[in-house]
Amino acid sequence: MIICPMNKLEICDVSKSFDGKKIVENISLNLRQGEIVSLLGVSGSGKTTLFNIVSGLMQPDSGSVLLNGEDITGITGKISYMMQKDLLLPFRTVCDNVALPLIMKGENKKTARKKAISFFPEFGLEGTEKLYPSQLSGGMRQRAALLRTYLFSQDVALLDEPFSALDTLTKAAVHKWYLDVMEHIKLTTFFITHDIDEAILLSDRIYILSGRPAHITDEIIIDYPKPRNEAFSLTAEFTGYKKRVIKNLY
Amino acid sequence: MRKRFRNTIRRNLPAAWGIIIFLVLWHFFCALGAVPEYMLPSPSDVVKAFIDDRKLLFENAVITLKEAFIGLLSGVTVGFTAAVIMDSVEFLRRGIYPLMVLSQTVPTVAIAPLLVLWFGYEMTPKIILIVLSTFFPVAIGLLGGFESADKDTVALLRSMGANRKQIFLYIKLPSALPEFFASLKIAASYSVVGAVISEWLGGFGGLGVYMTRVKKAFAFDRMFAVIFLISTISLVLTALVSLAEKKSMPYRHINNAKE
Repeated sequence: MIICPMNKLEICDVSKSFDGKKIVENISLNLRQGEIVSLLGVSGSGKTTLFNIVSGLMQPDSGSVLLNGEDITGITGKISYMMQKDLLLPFRTVCDNVALPLIMKGENKKTARKKAISFFPEFGLEGTEKLYPSQLSGGMRQRAALLRTYLFSQDVALLDEPFSALDTLTKAAVHKWYLDVMEHIKLTTFFITHDIDEAILLSDRIYILSGRPAHITDEIIIDYPKPRNEAFSLTAEFTGYKKRVIKNLY
Repeated sequence: MRKRFRNTIRRNLPAAWGIIIFLVLWHFFCALGAVPEYMLPSPSDVVKAFIDDRKLLFENAVITLKEAFIGLLSGVTVGFTAAVIMDSVEFLRRGIYPLMVLSQTVPTVAIAPLLVLWFGYEMTPKIILIVLSTFFPVAIGLLGGFESADKDTVALLRSMGANRKQIFLYIKLPSALPEFFASLKIAASYSVVGAVISEWLGGFGGLGVYMTRVKKAFAFDRMFAVIFLISTISLVLTALVSLAEKKSMPYRHINNAKE
């Protein structure tokens, strides 16, 4: 077993096979407090498998997952997970949806609601408390889903292609909003995407997952000051990063 | 508000015309003497019979409604319990489901006399009969509803550390509400019909007893009056269920999604 130094989240030498076929092999990576780290890979490269292992929904064949230095391999409920679908309950108001993780943790409804509502302005959701999810646009629904994820765990959040279902214009607006929110809440985030521009724009670091079985082929540090905005995507540095990503991705 | 009212009228106008034309045709059919009056009363005879016998009809309707209501309530309780049990234990589901289907293959008219023999002429056999005919749609509807709960959402809640009870209360039960109300509408009309049928086969009062009496007297105008009364009661009950449905699922009746 490889001993890894203390980090917020540490994935050590994780491998997983299905039906004798290796899907991910010897994955080791880490996230520091407050970092946004992306995992970039083509579709079917094993990103979601890795996320299922990190969230505890799946056991790795070998290797371990450490949160704050503690082994949480195969344990759910430690790390929050947000999927591509917003999975808001259609029969609950936005406020009640967002408060759900708090209620699951055993807080009473009133305090859970109060706590949830206190985050609404920060997430750009004010005024939507009493609406139902079907009354929100796709972008707003993802905001609500992210707030719900955040209320579940302020430690580490796994976001599995959270914005990939949005159209290009909405996506740009949501990116801007996301960068703003992250400036405030400093949530340590592990982000899956197959959108190269999105990964470079949002991340502090990018891991590239490639090959069969999938392994980490590159780690790119995006050394560009925050807060960022779309102007970054027009710079020569951005293009440089993009070239490097593409070179290692395929 | 006023516009909505006007729209409702406009939408239902064809149905109203249909009924009016039907009644007019019926009236002329009788007026022309196509069938003897004692066999097919004209609409005005039916209305007259209804007014003449209103007190008796009302008294009997109260008895039937009481049976239907108690029966429906018990049927829904039994159906709900069965659905919850079958949803939570796979083994019991496999055991109970065929029995439930089997129970529905037995004709109501066949067991009603047996129930009278076992439980007498009072309310008990009638309520049992209604329970037998109403619990099934409720149980099947709810079971399907529980299954329709989104699997990913269940997984998400589980990842939040939710227990079975929480998953039931927060996802499964609310997901099943549309199916529940759909089957409750069926059960509500079954309950009235069930009450009447069981009264036919033995009882001291109720619309079914009234019906057998007027039938024996060949009072066809009263027969039609009571048929219309029973239909009306069923319609009103279904409408009440629809109202409860709207009240308990406000999210289904909003369609102003922001784009």
